[in-house]
Parts: sequence; structure tokens; C-alpha cells
Amino acid sequence: MSKDNKNNWSRRDLIKGIAGMPIVGSVWWAGASKGVNNTQSRDSILKTLNINASPPPPSGPMGGDPIRIGIIGFGIRGPQLCRALGFGQKSWLASMAEASKKNPKDNRLSSFLEQEHLNVQITAICDLFDIRAQDAIDSFSTDKIKVQRFKSHQDLVESNVVEAVIIATPDHWHAPIAIAALQAGKHVYVEKPMTHNIKETYALKDAVEASDVVFQVGHQHRQTQSFLTAQDVVKKNILGHVSLIQANTNRNDDNGAWQYPIEKKANPYSVDWRQFIGNAPMIPFNAEHFFRWRKWWAYGSGLSGDLMSHDYDRVNCILKMGIPSSIVSSGGIYTHKDGRNVPDVMQVNMEFPDFSTGSSQEAGKEKGMTMVYSATLGNQYSRTTAFMGHDATMEVGNSLTIYADAKSTKFKEKIISEEMDPYIPIYQYDPALKSIDGITSATAKYFADKGLLWTYRDGKRVDSTHLHLREWLSCIRNGGKPSCNIKEGFEEAMTSHMAGLSYKLGRRIDWNHAKQEIMQIKGYNLDEVLLQDSEKIV
Amino acid sequence: MKTDINLSKTGRNSLILLRILIGWHFLYEGVLKLYNPAWTSKAYLSSAELLKPLFQWLSSDEMINLVDNLNIFSLMVVGLSLLLGYFERLGIVFGICLLIMYYIAHPALPGASQVGTEGSYWIINKNLIEAAALFVLYHIPTSAYFGLNLLKKKN
Repeated sequence: MSKDNKNNWSRRDLIKGIAGMPIVGSVWWAGASKGVNNTQSRDSILKTLNINASPPPPSGPMGGDPIRIGIIGFGIRGPQLCRALGFGQKSWLASMAEASKKNPKDNRLSSFLEQEHLNVQITAICDLFDIRAQDAIDSFSTDKIKVQRFKSHQDLVESNVVEAVIIATPDHWHAPIAIAALQAGKHVYVEKPMTHNIKETYALKDAVEASDVVFQVGHQHRQTQSFLTAQDVVKKNILGHVSLIQANTNRNDDNGAWQYPIEKKANPYSVDWRQFIGNAPMIPFNAEHFFRWRKWWAYGSGLSGDLMSHDYDRVNCILKMGIPSSIVSSGGIYTHKDGRNVPDVMQVNMEFPDFSTGSSQEAGKEKGMTMVYSATLGNQYSRTTAFMGHDATMEVGNSLTIYADAKSTKFKEKIISEEMDPYIPIYQYDPALKSIDGITSATAKYFADKGLLWTYRDGKRVDSTHLHLREWLSCIRNGGKPSCNIKEGFEEAMTSHMAGLSYKLGRRIDWNHAKQEIMQIKGYNLDEVLLQDSEKIV
Repeated sequence: MKTDINLSKTGRNSLILLRILIGWHFLYEGVLKLYNPAWTSKAYLSSAELLKPLFQWLSSDEMINLVDNLNIFSLMVVGLSLLLGYFERLGIVFGICLLIMYYIAHPALPGASQVGTEGSYWIINKNLIEAAALFVLYHIPTSAYFGLNLLKKKN
């Protein structure tokens, strides 16, 4: 710039002065086009899918007189259920206060304290281990209500201090106690699997149908928001014909392999061993059997009843496909050779040849579905639960993700126009995005990923068991039928038993839909096979 | 706005080119976000590893809309000031602050996870390099030679 030019714009100066403007215009145009395009594409996909992710209406009011509840079984699940009701053990409250002091992100205590008040009283406890029963009495008794201990479940269910019972015992006691409670006119919440053998599954079904009380099976994931959204996805036939479902268990720690701590104070004097054994074969007192009962068929149900039952019901609550026509299972004890006789690796193939989620192709072309449950207690690699349809694949856990299939009929045009990319989700629903969660153990993470620990209501984290119990209590107070009633429980129990039978017998097990029974196998009493306390029969 | 550093014409033009490229980048990022209402910095901020309380607060429900809008506004201010050559130094200061915030949220430090980056970095990443380039432009401004500031000076 020379002095002569000062205060006078030459043409050259003008160009240099405003040359940035066309660049601004170009960049703005490019950015705006891309931004608008992204928005339109997203809106178009969402409009096409029309998925309704709104939460269900809350169950009814909790007013009126408090419901008096008896707890039967106060080991691991029992205290968890009590917390979901709003009752924390003193020791748990102290440890949670300590944990949140150490880690401010540990919000287990604050979540518990913020839970809705369910207007219930714990009035009775029945646990066969004196220390645990006393723990419940000490923790939950108040100046007005002293928790009463009953030495047997029969006395508890017949007592007039309870109107409803929660059953969190070993599996072999679920049905006998539930039937006794129903016959005594008490409302029942029973943990999964609903029963331990075939015969008692029918007996419990009859007892529920003959009663006028409220019955709920403890599959709390039915309250998980992503599963409710998944129901809408299936209803709107977004996935097309689902031919394969995979569900998995991968756990690799002691807790996940049912190696629970053995309490030192447990002995033949502090444990009612005879009552624990119940209909199982009598053996001398064995603390490991008492605390780690899930490791034996005599008291537990192995991977099929303990964990697959959750996965089966997770799928059944979305698809309502019922009991499979046949099941083939295999596996073994490959990681934990510690005296257990239930498998720690198990694969279960469930066939539904007449079931269809819908189709986008010509009528009659597609029908039938397989669900594969694959489990190991020797590896923690996280595998997704996937619903694989002709038009899309849906992954469901605490979040929900849908991918269009590259060869989809329904989305063909959108894929060709590149509006949909088969490698990029066309829909994602993650209620956790609004909050940060603290997960404290590998097994807790396993359950959380499956939507079994908590869900979200209005962006706030809520214990799904709390909601499941709330639904049960609402039905007791306001009428209605819980989401996991006897039909759902019957289907879960029979499917679990078929998987266990197939594993033990090393052969296919068929279901007779017309007769609603497992087809007999010549030479075997299926209930005896199921209960037989050995790894495999064949 | 002149510098006492003697630059050849080629040197000066090189810096002008650098200014345009950085301005281009900032403006495009800002406009793209402005026209894409679904965009949010929530995931980027809430997954920060350094100064977690600060970034958690910024990504909280109460703050995130303000933070997103401020981010878009700042990106565009930086882009426009660099491309148009007006309030150049103010834009550069905004730009350096933004880039340092991005760096602190996800620094290229050994051991820190570098999710979403397309290259390999050790301590120095592209955010830091772009911030350093802006630092140079702050000390050797060029809007008096190319941009609206040239016209203002001559007016």
C-alpha cells in the first residue's frame, strides 16, 4: 500500500477487501445444504418408522390402607425385593452411605431414597437361616410394627398378619409355597423360574385360576422402557419377518457363576436344613448347598431356568410367541468343575415353525423362527440380544438400536437412494443419555445391559423391580392383571423345563400345542429326569 | 493492525491462505450444526476424561442447550471473522478458547481414550495444531492486506 493510495480504494483493494464474502457464501451454502439434508433425511426415516417411544401410563394410585406383606426367603434376592418395596437393611444402608461418600457418582442410595413410597408394611418374615431372619426383623421393625418371624411358610401364609407374600426362595420351593399362599387367599409375587418341575407348573396354574388374588412372576424387565418401545417396533412391522433371535449370557466372575459367600454362622443349629431340603433328596447339612443352591438341579434350574428364563421372557414380552414347538440343548461343565451338576456352558435352540412377526414380501413366503440362547459362565464378552428380520435387525437391552438390512424389501428404495445406510442405525433409543449411571460389578453390568436392573421414567432412573412390584400392588389395590401373570409364567416355566430336559437327555424335546403338554419320551418320567440330581441322564 | 515482522509477499499470502482455511473449517462446522437441530455436544462433553465435574455440568440438562448454542455461535463468529478479515483478533481468541476446550475434554494424552479420532496422536492432536496456527495468526494479522479491514483502513 503506497501513501498515494491511502483513502482511495483501487479496484485491486476492493477485490482483496471483499474476496472473503463469496467464500463465506459458498461455505454457508454447503453447510446449510448438508445440515438441512441431514435433518430431512432423519425426519423422513423417523416418519417412515413411526416408532412410539412414549412410556406406558403409570399403574394406579397407592392410596388406602397399607398392604401387609410377608417375605419368604431373605437370602440375596429377598433383600433386593425389599429395597424395591422401600425397605433397606440397616447394613445395606450403611454400606451404601459409605460407597456414595467414597464415590459421589455412586447413586444407589439416593435412587433408593428417591423411590416412590408404595404404602406397604413388611409384617412377616420366613427364612430358614436364623441370622438372616433376625436381620430382617432388626432392619424392618418399627415402633408400631414388629416384623413377626414364622418358622415355616405354611404358618406365614395362613397368618392374618399378611395379605400378600413375596417368594424369593430356592427354585424347588417356588411352586409349593405359591400354591399354599394362593389357597390361603394371599396375593403372590414369585421369583423366576415360576416352578421347578412340570407337574407343579400345572398345579400352580390351576391354583392361580381357582383363586381371586393377584399373581405376578418376577420378570421385572417387562417394565423396561426399551422393551415397551420394542413392542411398538414389532407391532409396526419394521423388522419384517424375524427368522432368528439371539440372546446370550456371558459372565466370568464368582458371583455370576453362583459362587456366593458362605456365611460362617450357618450350621445345623442356625439353619432349618430339613425344611430347606423339602422335596429334594435328603443329604446331611451342607452349607455350600444351602448358600450356592443354584449349582444343583435338586434345588435350582441351571442356566435354562435361572438365566435363560429371563431371556426367553424378554423376547416373549415383545413377540408373545409362546412356548416353542421343540427345543434342542447342549453344553457342559467346562469352567467350574467344583462339584456342581448344572452346566456352565449351554446352547438352547428353540423352534417356532408356525410363528411370524409379519412380512414385507409376498404372502406365504415367510414363516417360522428360531431363538438361540447361548450362554457361558467362563467369559464376559458382551453379546447383544438381536432380533433379525428380513427388513431390519433390532438390538435390545436397556437401549434399543435398529439397523436396516441391506437386502430389505421394505427399505429398498431408501437404501438405494442412500437415505438409509445398513451400517448406521436408522433408529436409536437410549433413555440413559439423560443420566450417568454407576455400575459396580461385572454381574451388575450384565443385568443392567439386559434391562433387568433399572429403567427410566421421564428421564429419571427407576429400579425396574420397584415398578414390577408397583404394578402387582396396583392390581391388588385397583384391580387389573399384572404383566407377568400365570399365562406368561406358564410359558416361561415350560420352556425352561424343556431346555433342561433336552440338555439332560441329549435329545430334542417337543411341545404339543393342542394338548398343552411336553410330549412324553418312552422309558422316561420327565419330571424325574428334570429333578434327578445328576448332570446328564444320557 | 500491522506487525513489525517483515514478511515477503509470499510469506504474507501463505498466512492469508492459512487464515482462510481455518475460517472455512470453523464456519462450515458452525453452519452445519445450525441447520441440524438434532446435533448436540452432550456425548462429547459427558464423556470427557479431564475436568469431569466441569464437563458434566456443561452437559447437564440445564446447561446443554445454552452450551450448544454458544458453541455454534462461537464457531460461526470465528469462521466469519477469519474469512471476512474483520475483528480478526477477536475471532482468533474465540477460536483458540474453543479449541483448547475441545482438547481438554478429550486430550491426546498417553492412556486417555481417543474415541472418534481418525488418526494416531501422542500429546499433540489436530485441535492443538489448529490452536497453534491461530496463535501465529494472532501475532501476524493479515486482515489489513486481505479482508474488510483493508477497506476500513483505507476509508
